[in-house]
Formats: sequence, structure tokens, C-alpha cells
Amino acid sequence: MEQDPLKTYWLKVYLWLQGLWLAKGLPLWGFELITMVLVPAAIFGFISANTMFLIWLERKVIGRIQNRIGPMLAGPRFLGRISPWFGGLLQTAADAMKLLLKEDILPARADKWVFYSAPVVVFVGAFMTYLVIPFGQGMIVSDLNIGVLYILAISSLSVIAIFMAGWSSNNKYSLLGGFRAVGQIITYEIPLVISILCVAMLAGSLKLTDIIEAQRNGWFLFALFPVFILFLASAVAEVNRSPFDIAEGESEIVAGFYIEYTGMRFAMFFLAEYASTFVAAALAATLFLGGWLPPVAVAPFTWVPSFFWFLLKTYLMLVALITIRWSWPRPRPDQFMEFGWKVLIPWSFVILFLTGLGIYSNLLWLVSLIFLAAILGAFVAHRSGLAATTRVQKVTI
Amino acid sequence: MFSPYAYIAFFAVVGTAFILGAFAMSWFLSPSRPATLRKHDNYECGETPVGMGWVQYNVRYYLFAMVFLIFDVEAIFLIPWAVAFKKLGYLAFAEMAAFLLVLLIGLLYAWRKDALKWV
Repeated sequence: MEQDPLKTYWLKVYLWLQGLWLAKGLPLWGFELITMVLVPAAIFGFISANTMFLIWLERKVIGRIQNRIGPMLAGPRFLGRISPWFGGLLQTAADAMKLLLKEDILPARADKWVFYSAPVVVFVGAFMTYLVIPFGQGMIVSDLNIGVLYILAISSLSVIAIFMAGWSSNNKYSLLGGFRAVGQIITYEIPLVISILCVAMLAGSLKLTDIIEAQRNGWFLFALFPVFILFLASAVAEVNRSPFDIAEGESEIVAGFYIEYTGMRFAMFFLAEYASTFVAAALAATLFLGGWLPPVAVAPFTWVPSFFWFLLKTYLMLVALITIRWSWPRPRPDQFMEFGWKVLIPWSFVILFLTGLGIYSNLLWLVSLIFLAAILGAFVAHRSGLAATTRVQKVTI
Repeated sequence: MFSPYAYIAFFAVVGTAFILGAFAMSWFLSPSRPATLRKHDNYECGETPVGMGWVQYNVRYYLFAMVFLIFDVEAIFLIPWAVAFKKLGYLAFAEMAAFLLVLLIGLLYAWRKDALKWV
């Protein structure tokens, strides 16, 4: 960051406004206080708008996967006439309005204050992680030197909120959902931490801007491909998304921990889920895809603003997450836990060890290549029916 | 002017304020109809709920928590090591590998004792 002069639009605007403020003879702390209120307000607006867009996008992608067109009616009609894939843009806004107008019901036997505070905790936990997300060069609220660790710590808050919601509802389904969520998050947090450690080993820092700067000569996706897969698998579980959404499990425990919530409180759980999904995708883009760095540092790419690259990469990751969600069925909770403890955790230590060896011997690319070959081999074996036949044989014996 | 960590507390406060604002808006706009006979019951597939929802749970859950605790504490040791990895040299890497091996033996023991089975 030091050798690269921080000449970004936002800093320029900030300094210009600060100059205007100081020219009026007003104190500096007043200006800082106003920005400290306006910045979270802007992020809150971004989360709301982004969640609405994401839910719409998800429904359109599901529609594409299931060979239908998804929501079409709410929103500007002319967009739908251009192509059905643009229709229904305001569907989620209409849904949010509907939820706002719904009655707020407290179950008679619920634990009142815990029930009321769970949606607040779940949203604040998701909201606070936006503090260290580098949206673009210089576009970071507070560049903490422990950035990634901070995200890990704060995002663990969501499990407390989910358990609060599950317990306080006094409902058997929601209690099961809460128990499952705790088991899930404590299992998948270990591989997540290990995968982030591998990135920290290579970058030599936990600060997100340093990690991005370390990727100027090549994204970590290429150097740390196995780590990327590990991160993706455990991050999907950490943000409670399908196929690892055993805490919600619509088809078995109805809606899990938020079964008793209505109206705006229900909407808060959704908002928090999509907010943390965005953080997971943003983290994947930052740690492995070079964050706001352009893909190649040559003329036409470097003219594009840095936040555009960040959003492009994050949305690529989000579409990947949505596709994962609609491509695999949900595992049973016991299979899910055993996969975490007996497959993902041992493998994460193997990958950590290989990353260490790879850094010392400069052979990280070889590890990535072997891992990629193994995945492709497994895919080809699965496609050609080799894996399927063995599985059927196992079942019949 | 403010420490970068001051923003953490500030974000928590402002985030809570936004949420409470959203709830207040919903409170003004949403209807509140008088309770009917079954309205405030817990949901149990449309049936009258049987007993309380706070049921007892299998104790195996506790074993997972114990194993998790070990690995989470280990992660705290690993983080400073990982950040300084390139400066520390081979010896630190070998030491950490030995430490992880001990932990993995513990995991293997838990595995053999069937502690990692979710019932």
C-alpha cells in the first residue's frame, strides 16, 4: 500500500468535504462524528439493497436451473419484455413491504426477551463484519490489522443468536434447529480457521488490504487451490446455506430455528443470512481472487474503478454459491457432522502441512495442480459411472 | 482521530439502532388483531402442542464440544505462528507439525472411541 499512492475517488471526496467543513471554522471531531454515523448508514443501505437484489438473483438462477423463469410480475414490465431473465426486479421489495405490514406474534410460552433479542443479535453480528470488508482501494471502514480474525470472531456470534432463537421459541423443531446449528458451526469453524491460516501463512498478515496487496503477482486461487476448496466447503456450512442448511431443514424440521417468527423479525433472519452470505463471498473474493485488484494490471483493466472488480468477483462467488445450493441435496445431520470431523478436519491439517512445505520449497503450484487433477479425476470417474457403480454395489451388499 | 477499534463498538451500537428502528416502523405499520383460541400456540404441524418444547438432548453432544474446544484453543496458537511463518524458519514449522501431530493423535483416539458419531 505504501508504494502505491492512495489516490482514490472516495478519499478525494472525503478530503474535499473535510476542507469545506474546516473552512467554515467548525471543529474536526464534529466532521469525524458525522462520517462515523453516515458510513454505517451507507452500509446498512447497501446491505438492504444488496439483499433484495440477491434474493431476486437467486430466484432467477433457481428458475434457470429448474427450467422456469422465476418472478416476473413485480417491477418494471419493459425489462421483462426485453428478456424474461430481467423480469420481476422489484419482487423482493414487494416481499419486504409485505413482511413489514405483517403482525408480530409472540408465542404464548416463549421466553419473551430472548425471543425478541435473537433477531437483533443475528443481524448485528452480520452487520459488524462489514467493518473490515475492503470494497475497493481505500474503501474500507476500518482497516484492522487483525481483519480476518475479526471476521471469524464476529461471525461466530450468529450461532449464539440462532441458539437463542431456537431455545426461546419453546418449540421442538426450533430447538432441534438450534442444536444442529451449534453442532454445525463448531465443526466447520475448524476447517474455516485452518483455511484462513494457510492464506495468512502465504500473505504474512491478517490485514485484508495486506492480503490483497500480496496477490499483485498472482491470485492465491492458483497458489492455494486446495485451500480455496476447503474454504468454500466450510464457509457454506458457516453461513448456514444449503446444502449444509441442516439448521433450517425445511423438509424435515419445517424451518428450524425461526419457525415461530413473523413479520419484521422473520425478515431480519433473512437479511442476516444474505448479509453473511455476501460476506462469505466477499471474503472468498478477497482472500483468493485478489479482491479489488484488476485481473491483469494492463491499461484497459486498470482504468476501471477498483470497487467494480471487487463486486464482479464477489458476485461470481455468489452465483457459484447459489449454483452449489441448487445442485446438491441436503445431507443427514449425522452424515454432515461425520463429514466435518472425519473428512474435512483431517484433510485441513494435511493441507496446512502441504502449504507449509510448499511455501518453503516454492512448490505450491505443484500441490494445487495435483489437487486439481485429483478433483478432475474424481469428476470424470463419477461421470463415466465408475463411482456410481461402486456405490450401488456397497448398498446391495 | 478515533482508534480503528473504536469503530467496532460504534458499529454494534449503530447496527442495533437500525434494527430497533426497523422494528419500530413495523410496530407502527403492522396490525394487531386480538388473539383467537389457538393463535399463540407453538407450531406443531397444526396439532395442539404436546408438552413443552424444551426437551432433553443426547449427552454425546458434550463430547463434540470438548473436542472442538481443544481445536479452537489450538487455532489461537496457530494464528500468530501463521502470520510470522516466513520469518520463523524450518524449526518452528517442525515444532508446529509435532504439536499438530499430537493433536491429531488425540482426534484419532476420539475417533476410535466413537466420540465423533452424531447420534
